Amino acid sequence: MKDIRQILQERILVLDGAMGTMLQRYKFTEEDFRGERFKDWEHPLQGNNDLLSLTQPEAIAEVHRKYFAAGADIVETNTFSGTTIAMADYHMEDLVYELNYESARIAKKVADEFTTKEPNKPRFVAGSIGPTNKTASMSPDVNDPGFRAISFDELRIAYKQQVEALLDGGSDILLVETIFDTLNAKAALFAIEEVKEERNIDPPVMVSGTITDASGRTLSGQTAEAFLISISHIPILSVGFNCALGANQLVPHLEVLSSRTDYAVSAHPNAGLPNAFGEYDETPEQMAAQIKEYVEKGLVNIVGGCCGTTPEHITAIADLVKAYTPRNVLVG
Amino acid sequence: MSSEQRPTSNEKRLLRLSGLEPLVITPDSNFINVGERTNVAGSRKFLRLVKEEKFDEALDIAREQVEGGAQIIDINMDDGLIDGKEAMVKFLNLVISEPDIARVPIMIDSSKWEIIEAGLQVVQGKSVVNSISLKEGKEEFVHHAKLIKRYGAAVIVMAFDEVGQADTYDRRIEICQRSYDILVNEVNFPPEDIIFDLNIFPVATGMEEHKLNAIDFIEAARWVRENLPYASVSGGVSNVSFSFRGNNPVREAMHSVFLYHAIKAGMNMGIVNPSMLEVYDDIPKDLLEKVEDVILNRRDDATERLLEFAETVVGKAKESKVDLSWREDSLQDRITRALVKGIDQYILEDVEEARLASKRPIEVIEGHLMTGMNVVGDLFGSGKMFLPQVVKSARVMKKAVAYLLPFIEEEKLQNPDGAEDKGNGKILLATVKGDVHDIGKNIVSVVLACNNYEIVDLGVMVPPEKILETAIQEKVDIIGLSGLITPSLDEMVHLAKEMERKNFSVPLLIGGATTSKAHTAVKIDPQYKHSVVHVNDASRAVTVVGDLLQEETSQTYKYNIKKDYDEFRVKFLNRSQHKEYKSLEQARKNKFQIDWETSEIVRPKKLGIEVIEEMDLEKLVPYIDWTPFFRSWELHGRYPDILTDKVVGVQATDLFADAQKMLKDVLVNKKLTGKGVFGLFPANTLANEDDIKVEVEGNDFIFRTLRQQLKRREGVPDYALADFIAPETSGRQDYMGCFCVTTGFGTDELSNQYVKDLDDYNSIMIKAISDRLAEAFAEYLHERVRKEYWGYAAEERLDNEALIDEKYKGIRPAPGYPACPDHLEKLTIWEVLKVEEQIGVTLTDSLAMWPAGSVSGYYFGNAEARYFGLGKIKKDQVKNFAERKNIAFEEAAKWLAPNIADD
Repeated sequence: MKDIRQILQERILVLDGAMGTMLQRYKFTEEDFRGERFKDWEHPLQGNNDLLSLTQPEAIAEVHRKYFAAGADIVETNTFSGTTIAMADYHMEDLVYELNYESARIAKKVADEFTTKEPNKPRFVAGSIGPTNKTASMSPDVNDPGFRAISFDELRIAYKQQVEALLDGGSDILLVETIFDTLNAKAALFAIEEVKEERNIDPPVMVSGTITDASGRTLSGQTAEAFLISISHIPILSVGFNCALGANQLVPHLEVLSSRTDYAVSAHPNAGLPNAFGEYDETPEQMAAQIKEYVEKGLVNIVGGCCGTTPEHITAIADLVKAYTPRNVLVG
Repeated sequence: MSSEQRPTSNEKRLLRLSGLEPLVITPDSNFINVGERTNVAGSRKFLRLVKEEKFDEALDIAREQVEGGAQIIDINMDDGLIDGKEAMVKFLNLVISEPDIARVPIMIDSSKWEIIEAGLQVVQGKSVVNSISLKEGKEEFVHHAKLIKRYGAAVIVMAFDEVGQADTYDRRIEICQRSYDILVNEVNFPPEDIIFDLNIFPVATGMEEHKLNAIDFIEAARWVRENLPYASVSGGVSNVSFSFRGNNPVREAMHSVFLYHAIKAGMNMGIVNPSMLEVYDDIPKDLLEKVEDVILNRRDDATERLLEFAETVVGKAKESKVDLSWREDSLQDRITRALVKGIDQYILEDVEEARLASKRPIEVIEGHLMTGMNVVGDLFGSGKMFLPQVVKSARVMKKAVAYLLPFIEEEKLQNPDGAEDKGNGKILLATVKGDVHDIGKNIVSVVLACNNYEIVDLGVMVPPEKILETAIQEKVDIIGLSGLITPSLDEMVHLAKEMERKNFSVPLLIGGATTSKAHTAVKIDPQYKHSVVHVNDASRAVTVVGDLLQEETSQTYKYNIKKDYDEFRVKFLNRSQHKEYKSLEQARKNKFQIDWETSEIVRPKKLGIEVIEEMDLEKLVPYIDWTPFFRSWELHGRYPDILTDKVVGVQATDLFADAQKMLKDVLVNKKLTGKGVFGLFPANTLANEDDIKVEVEGNDFIFRTLRQQLKRREGVPDYALADFIAPETSGRQDYMGCFCVTTGFGTDELSNQYVKDLDDYNSIMIKAISDRLAEAFAEYLHERVRKEYWGYAAEERLDNEALIDEKYKGIRPAPGYPACPDHLEKLTIWEVLKVEEQIGVTLTDSLAMWPAGSVSGYYFGNAEARYFGLGKIKKDQVKNFAERKNIAFEEAAKWLAPNIADD
């Protein structure tokens, strides 16, 4: 199988779209989330999408399959909340290793099916590492700005466990994403470096931040360039932005990254901004038309979708980017 | 299809830092100014705010810096009184919540790795670690560098290795090259994230080896920028002008000149106080030339020229003006001015001119110099000059005399019949046997020498036989005795008796902190039929000696003084007879009552003995109580008000600046060593009410305490220290502690060196500073004991002023002082703590501690424990004490003598 670092030099890679949006279509009930194994779990489990890798593994494999079929080169594991910190909501801290391991295994199996069929277009699995639901550099209590609900070390330990399981399950890439607090991401990167050193391996790492609103800053207050500087201390495959904004609003921030880094640049925006009902309603054609600006300006190397995007969006994007050459990159 | 704006590969290797916003340092960037006011070591105010946990105000300091243009803020919490890790994390968390501060990158500054790491774990941006070095060896250096890289920070590397701090050009480049190679080749550290701190040291210190300090830094900066690709160079600029503290125009010019050249050479970052910077082009030409001579070491006499120029640069005003017009005055006026102002730059050339103009070299001393010293004496006598100035005058005088001596000797050889200079008289000075304190004696010695008395100074711990023998051999005109501790009083009495027995007739002067007119009149004067005079300050010494030795006044004065002391003695004894005392038994019944049923007893967190092998003296600085320092120089007033006092303010400020300079030298060059030992033990008061039993590693020791006996008004208890410890009968286990600290090792050597260099001023200064540091050490240690080791006051937050005012809970009385004037208990402390084996502080025959800069005492932790003065006690207690201690009554009476009431 060709190395992804090499492929990045040759073409623009396509990332998958939203997992959550696709899972909503199944309309899983509380019983479906629990499955046989967790039918007696003491706490409600509906909404714990990561758990579906254990209780509805076929559905997860199905979503991956749809995205690969739509033209994605990389799918993300179903592990956005796969840390002891995020799983505490469901009292499932002890299942974290298994959740990540199984999710990676499912995705890898589907990826291998496609790679075998189309050896000239190898498919990759990116282990998704979400931000957790706590912030290391912001206080949740406005009256006590010095307070922190989580420490760097707690994050580092939780992330390390997730990283190990994702790699054991067969992830090709690690994707630290939806970073709204850079310090959380630094803890994840620290954990990744530890695992790399301990195992003497060098998996590619993608880093993707989130610009929360029109202020042009992350939730923790950094500008795009400050964010870039803060995460550039270890070799990475790519840096980019995802979520919160639609493709259109991301342009100026991608321009900052693109002009200031030699790493690959990634973007997986939402299908526009949510409408009055909280739904994303940008059509595949509309989104592709905006992403055209990225590729025409040579801003990106990897592009996909976040909230509200579907295999149809990914098809539109994959069809679009085929015609363009990638932005020059330094291979990390 | 690469973007137009993409960096070229060279630009890629730029030092990039971030807070909420980026800071990218390019070759075109201006000098990056690092704010340092959020550093507890650099800002007393910040230290205080952190200590008092006034973090809102501490944040204001950070904000002001950013608003004032600091592009990075340095945050340092290294202080003995602060939990540095906790303070660093807490402050950083708050800083990060303030977008107007957090927009700039942070420099995490600590000498402790755990604090640095704690800081790195709470900042999201790319910070700078300040600092790491090869000081502790390569392994630790690599380990820390790896982690710093993993945390995503840049690093300041100090030019410091296993051998020491780089202080030459060669050492700087050697260490930088090695550090760089390790970081870049072995750790894979990005070279653009390396910043070298090349150590800025002071110039114009007068020391030959400091001449190259600035130019070596500048050249090393150039070398780093040319030879270590992408690395930056930084440093703390204010150090360079350290020897001109107090002279801001010169300092500002030095900073500007230094920066001007250092930046040209490649220094691109540094800590600079913007208010201490003159615009390079605005520096007056004459000053500029002299400053550049010093910074660039352009001429051998650069330092002398700048010093001389600096003397005449008008201090406070921004405009610097040099007034050398006095050099045009007559020879005598110049010499007088040099003596009065303590300026020694020109004295040798002036003295030489005077020598050539005189028939005999001795005439320069008797004429020119004495004329000048008489002016000094008059000004001092009339309160227009103060002691520190006089001592500086003496320094100039000594230099002049030293220069003339060879000529005088030569003349004697050629002209053996020439009249011998007798001077005003010869005076023997000594600190008595068993005592090591001599600051006051040295001051008297200097002042008398200034007044043309020949001084025979026998030093400290001088046995009486030696004093008397020397007095005879040297044919001295007066003997002066000094002592600080109470047993010295007895030594003085003994010496007076011996003088009488050996038929001496010269006057005896008595001085020192515990001496008094009362003691002299009552105890010493009756032993010797000739004159005995108590002289407790240097300014009086001159008049007294003059009155005693001048033929016209001598007889009358001697008669009057004897009469005065007789009358005083009678009055004093009569008065003391009016005082009434209780029996020891009565006093014990009226002891201070603590309700032991309810009184809180805190078990020390750490029982047993702790040794502090090497105290970081820097940490003691905030604890220094400066008021006694000024008192030792006979400047009276409370610090810091004394600095602005209408009468002595200017002098106090000058003296303080000199003290700060020496203190800095002591700290930076580690000229003194601090050691300490202390212990906390289970303790209970015994059934006899006055003795405390402590249990030390399974053995029992007993501290004897003394009880007040003077009859006072009803309801006032008769205190003994034992009252503050739970009695055995209470059934409760109580605790107490004891300690000994010293900062005295090294003092004597330094002081002797200064004496050799004819610099009495600094010889006295170093002792005064050593004493202050020892007291500060005791204060510091007491605080740590309260907060940590014993831990009964973990929450205490007191500033230095509150400490000086003894607002803390619990006391630390010292044997030999009012609550426990008995020095004998020191022997027990020494035994309990093994003081001599542990830290080398010894006890003299009189139980004075050596070295002199030492403090020992007890710790009592009860909330009701308080300081008190024992006052006089009666024979019944002395007898009881002797029995308890199993010593002869006479021995007990000898040690307790100053406190025994006359029957």
